[in-house]
Amino acid sequence: MAKNPKFYHFLGCVIPHRYPSVEKATNLVFEDLGMELLDLVGATCCPAPGVFGSFERVTWATVAARNLTLAEAGGHPITTGCNGCFASLWDSNHELKHDEELRKAVNNNLAEIGREFKGTIEVTHYVDALYDYAGVEAIKKRVTRPFEGVRMALHPGCHWMRPKLIKKKDDSERPHIFKEVCEASGAEYVPYKDELICCGAGGAVRTADVKVSLDFTMQKFESIIDAGGADIIVTPCPFCELQLDLGQVEIQKYFEKEFHFDVMHVTELLALAFGHEPEEFGLATHLQYMQRKNQPNWERLGIEVHKPEDVVASE
Amino acid sequence: MTSADQPDVHVIDEVDTEFVDMIKRIGGPNIQSCYQCGTCSGSCPAGARTNYLVRGIIRKALLGLKEDVISSQELWYCTTCYTCTDRCPQDVQPTEVIKAIRNVAVAEGYMLEPHQKVAAKVIEAGHAVPLDKESWQKLREKVGLEPVPPNASGNPWAIEEIRKITSKSGFDKLIGYEEFMRAEEEKKKEQEKKG
Ligand code: SF4
Ligand code: SF4
Repeated sequence: MAKNPKFYHFLGCVIPHRYPSVEKATNLVFEDLGMELLDLVGATCCPAPGVFGSFERVTWATVAARNLTLAEAGGHPITTGCNGCFASLWDSNHELKHDEELRKAVNNNLAEIGREFKGTIEVTHYVDALYDYAGVEAIKKRVTRPFEGVRMALHPGCHWMRPKLIKKKDDSERPHIFKEVCEASGAEYVPYKDELICCGAGGAVRTADVKVSLDFTMQKFESIIDAGGADIIVTPCPFCELQLDLGQVEIQKYFEKEFHFDVMHVTELLALAFGHEPEEFGLATHLQYMQRKNQPNWERLGIEVHKPEDVVASE
Repeated sequence: MTSADQPDVHVIDEVDTEFVDMIKRIGGPNIQSCYQCGTCSGSCPAGARTNYLVRGIIRKALLGLKEDVISSQELWYCTTCYTCTDRCPQDVQPTEVIKAIRNVAVAEGYMLEPHQKVAAKVIEAGHAVPLDKESWQKLREKVGLEPVPPNASGNPWAIEEIRKITSKSGFDKLIGYEEFMRAEEEKKKEQEKKG
């Protein structure tokens, strides 16, 4: 690589406001791989594609396009670690380039704040940055703490790769890109029947009826258990992460079923594999642990942590 | 038509000939290619656990049964996972059709209250999931980040821009933003009085 790639870091809502450990882990991993992240100052909600796209398409595209104009002004591509943000920004960028009428309506709204969508930048997901810009080989080289013997179930989620005919990235029935990036950590991939179904949170369903959304999540958990169980579930999306992580606490409350999976964003998985300590990015701040007042299953993850209790015990 | 003497009769026969055109215009241009094979509903994780039937909704929409379609609670069970879109042999893009139908539902006043709340949050804070408690800032500090990120949470000018564009597009009126915020204000006052 001649020059280090630079990206505007689109944070969205869930990463910076609920799962900041993902933001921190991403900073570490991108730096380790020689990719620069720039602040996208004044970015708003993407806005959530299944939610705002369901309410009013032109406003959805306008708010998304405003975010795009912030990056257009600086001339660097965007990268985001959320499937929802990716869908809003990538899809709107695509639709505005191909739908003259929509572009007119959107630019008419944007004129109100002196902005104009030009269509000059690219939108990527962290997974694209990791796979296309850094490359799986470079990731593998950087691994100093391989997750040997750790059983890893994947939840690729939906909007990074679907709709496949438009995104043209991976085969959504047999995706391999996310899997390759995660396997670079050294963890053992565990296939399970419902790997490719939705976590249940999207499309404004979590907001409309949390129990229906959790029913999707439960199906996934049961399918993982049927496949022999897993030590971690890895996803490229913080909203899926919230649903799979905090969802375990909610499932226990609503359905009295108990699951204990450690759930990680792909950048958290890689930060650990690159030798960073979990405290460096706050893995234990996931909402599941905060609410259950417990910790990740360090032993199962094969990570040694220096717990304050140990110090006391050895005194 | 629901008359006073027959309150329980479910209306299915009122046809709106413009409904299909509306859907096509808003974002489901291929709806008329549907040949009702059922691949979409057979792939649908929402349909596997609720009464939501994507093929059925498309059929009803094609028949012009607008009220029936836009007033049903099930319309909001699609997670927009796009599995149906990736499998539909006719490229109907059922997910886009459903989103377009939801746009019609919202325009005609069928918006769920929790959805109204999420929409209002974006106008109010610039984010659907805002940094609305000090504990979230503490969480950020705990992981070694600045308490406030460089997004709209720390930049009121960005929220101002969102207000301007949502007002220009009419979105604030569509979701009843002002009424909603007033009602929230009232609720807060009530709570303060109580305790
Ligand atoms: S899969 Fe496509 S053609 Fe078949 S019923 Fe669904 S929308 Fe219609
Ligand atoms: S996008 Fe909606 S309708 Fe299509 S399969 Fe997914 S949940 Fe079902």
